[in-house]
Amino acid sequence: MIYSVYIINKAGGRIYDEDFAFNRQAEEVTFQSHPIPLVLTADTGKVLVKFGATGNVKPGHSIIAVDRQAVTGLYTAGDRAILDVINDPASYPLTLTFGRTKASANEKLMLASIFHSLFAIAAKISPIEQSSGIKELHTEKFTLRCFQTITGVKFFVIVDQKQTGCEHLLLRIYELYTDYVLKNPFYPIDMPIRCELFDQNLRKVIEQVERATAYNSATLS
Amino acid sequence: MSRSRSAVDPKRVSSELFSLTYGCMVAQLLKDFENPEEVNKQLDTMGYNIGVRLIDDFLAHTPSVTRCTTLEEVAEILCKQGFKMFLGIVPEVRNWSASKDKFSLVISENPLAEYVELPPHCQDTLWYSNIICGVIRGALEMVQMDVKCTFVGDTLRGNDSTEIEIKFVKILEDSLPAGED
Repeated sequence: MIYSVYIINKAGGRIYDEDFAFNRQAEEVTFQSHPIPLVLTADTGKVLVKFGATGNVKPGHSIIAVDRQAVTGLYTAGDRAILDVINDPASYPLTLTFGRTKASANEKLMLASIFHSLFAIAAKISPIEQSSGIKELHTEKFTLRCFQTITGVKFFVIVDQKQTGCEHLLLRIYELYTDYVLKNPFYPIDMPIRCELFDQNLRKVIEQVERATAYNSATLS
Repeated sequence: MSRSRSAVDPKRVSSELFSLTYGCMVAQLLKDFENPEEVNKQLDTMGYNIGVRLIDDFLAHTPSVTRCTTLEEVAEILCKQGFKMFLGIVPEVRNWSASKDKFSLVISENPLAEYVELPPHCQDTLWYSNIICGVIRGALEMVQMDVKCTFVGDTLRGNDSTEIEIKFVKILEDSLPAGED
């Protein structure tokens, strides 16, 4: 599964990012009555599960929809504070959708710059000359794979452990970038990418790769 | 150069349309700026803007190409792969300087200038295909190489050969991506 794709320009600024598997992790739970078995906090601009669990909902999940309507920050679509709605017995039965909220644009910008710096540091601390930067970063839950072009643009994807063919995927994304972004005469170089054609074609490629991976794992098992 | 019009790949434009388009553009520039020297500069700028974008296209479609460490490697890849991919020609590399920091590209069949005759008033000043110099300069700048690229002869001007001189100036240290220094 491909979670997201990021593109960083040569100065380290994020020029593109997209989440693909975002919606698939949403969990919808209907609570019949107050109180609910979860401890919620509203620290960081979103309502987070601090403690407690129900079904697949665990600490770390945040509320992304109330009664199937998407929320903005701490407020429902109807402009009521989410915590007020949850604490009001009259709201029940209440359907809450939990998931990971998308990082804000600023957070992503910061993460991209930090990754750019880490990439440079990795190249510098290499005991052997002329090392590349970070190519692969493994964690328990995901793998990050990065590709830097000779012109300094970095493409990286965040995928799960089962995903194969990332090298090929990164090259495909590079090709899409040269076609739909660079060949667009109205796109200023090194600026955030706002090209509809690039988005559409990237989605197609991601879907293709995911289908191929699903097919491969189905035939192997 | 192939002139067959049958079985044309719909994604490729005929080379004659390309030559016509380029020719119209140069003619219009001459009309607008009147001064051939100014047109040379404009063509170089246009070429530069093309080059900075074209280089990534070239690199994406030739993943076997790695960073060049010598000007000889640059010349080799430029002629045998770059020119081949985009113009369908392979120029000859000649006239290496003693310190190997300068060489010439000799183009035997220029697809841009196939049907062209220069008018007398710019016979001695206009470099018709100067866009190519801009493209090379722009493309190499994006891989952190500063070069000076100029025409030194053009068959359209009555010279023996169409020749571009490429001189290495310096590596652009400050924009080197991490891991490449």
